[in-house]
Amino acid sequence: MRRLLNVLYVTNPESYLAKDGENLVVRVQDKEVFRTPIHYLEGIVTFGYMGASPALLGMCIEKGVAVSFLTRSGRHQATLHGIPKGNVLLRRKQYRLADSEEDSAKLASMFVIGKLANCRTVLRRFMSDYGAKVQIEEVDLVCKLMAQNVIRLSNEPSLDKVRGIEGESARKYFSVFDNLITCQKPEFYMRGRNRRPPLDNVNALLSFLYSLLLHETRAALQTVGLDPYVGFLHRDRPGRAGLALDLMEEFRPYMADRLALSLINRRQVTGDGFIQKESGGVIMKDTVRKVVIDAWQKRKREEITHPFLEEKIPVGLLPYAQALLLARHLRGDIDGYPPFVWK
Amino acid sequence: MIKHYAEDDLLPLSGIQHLAYCERQWALIHVENQWVENLRTAEGRNLHQRADNPFFAETRGVVKTIRSVPLVSKTLGLYGVADVIELQKAPDESTGVKYSIVEYKRGRPKLDDKDEVQLCAQAVCLEEMLEITLDYGYLYYGETKHRQRVEFNNSLRTRVKKLAERMHELFAKGETPPPVKDKRCKNCSLSDICVPKLAKANKKVDKYLSSVIGEMRNE
Repeated sequence: MRRLLNVLYVTNPESYLAKDGENLVVRVQDKEVFRTPIHYLEGIVTFGYMGASPALLGMCIEKGVAVSFLTRSGRHQATLHGIPKGNVLLRRKQYRLADSEEDSAKLASMFVIGKLANCRTVLRRFMSDYGAKVQIEEVDLVCKLMAQNVIRLSNEPSLDKVRGIEGESARKYFSVFDNLITCQKPEFYMRGRNRRPPLDNVNALLSFLYSLLLHETRAALQTVGLDPYVGFLHRDRPGRAGLALDLMEEFRPYMADRLALSLINRRQVTGDGFIQKESGGVIMKDTVRKVVIDAWQKRKREEITHPFLEEKIPVGLLPYAQALLLARHLRGDIDGYPPFVWK
Repeated sequence: MIKHYAEDDLLPLSGIQHLAYCERQWALIHVENQWVENLRTAEGRNLHQRADNPFFAETRGVVKTIRSVPLVSKTLGLYGVADVIELQKAPDESTGVKYSIVEYKRGRPKLDDKDEVQLCAQAVCLEEMLEITLDYGYLYYGETKHRQRVEFNNSLRTRVKKLAERMHELFAKGETPPPVKDKRCKNCSLSDICVPKLAKANKKVDKYLSSVIGEMRNE
């Protein structure tokens, strides 16, 4: 597997990115605050308005470093990258499968199998770690439901059925999610998932982590030459990265939900890092954002044995490994897509 | 009759070395447009940057050196660039100009014939373009700093022809040949993308899925 390189997250909206030789330099009010050789990076993600010199952008294109521009709340605006990798034959195959209900359903069920299996493991791990503190029965029931739904998905259901199972499972999963929050109860609770805008601190935290994850899956798909915008589970909608959202499903519980829980339960984030606006929507402060990004970067460096490739890789390479397996399946190297299942 | 390829059907000559090494490596680069730079390829690129100056020509004694010479062969269906061509004028001007072709390589001589094949393909291009015959050329290796003479004999020429035909055949199909896991993979800059392990993984997906699902059935 290839090396995990760093993604630089630039959160200070005053930052200006420049090039100096083969280095990236971050300046704030004309003072240099950060410098790194460009070959340590595989991506740059910037939040909020900021400038970058054309020379830097040129170097990023040449070295294959993707530069993503996000709004301060984490909504994706644009990504700059060089000539697309991969070829038109691979993308055509992707489009052909996406046009076929049957093929789409097959792939969609794989992504959802991965997601539900991993949701189940998140719940089970939590029950064994916190046994007495959580309401076992309720959580256990959802675990069983996840298992049943995985079996239903393996019986080749239609695309509508897959979407139905996914929706039902997600609702049930989040209905017991509150049990997994064992600390800071008044400030952090889960009463269902909401996102436009997030209406409580937990949803704000999850939304932010999902936006980091989406950036990674989109970049991974682009790297292997797939079109992140044409999905199988997610229907086409202009501006929506359907395939990136598809691929992201299996990572949500493992990479984002668990991290959100541990940030809360270890009191690394606290209620005063969030602001509820008059409309009810919740915004995260820059300080919390920094804590979350640091934890995310650390998490990405941890190693895991990939269940299908049976090879030790950093967690941060999981989206790439799965994108690669998907591309290899579309090219006919393997006769199916093996979702990432955490055991 | 000898087949002549149309301009639109020409393929990059540089691919012949990849094809000679591994058909899948060639397909990943030339069919799937995947290319990963590693230390070796970056060094190779740097070496070429020095050799590749099309506006540079020098004459030392009777030898004139020209660089980055565009090449094409309609019979092989390949186009590319020669690093260096040396023109040597005979002292008495009676026998005309003698051409030799030199290809620069970063490392050292290889166990396989991919460098020879590439050089010979370039020679065939030059022969066709100038209507001359070349008996030999040179490979210059950066690590040993030595030139190695390569004879363009019949067996090498046949090998080049066969590789070029195979390249066009594979390109027309647009398929990537399956991975072959062997010792070549160790030195391949594309092994991360190729995932040679998949050579044996074909039937594993079913097994993998049933182990995941099997566990759920036991609930």
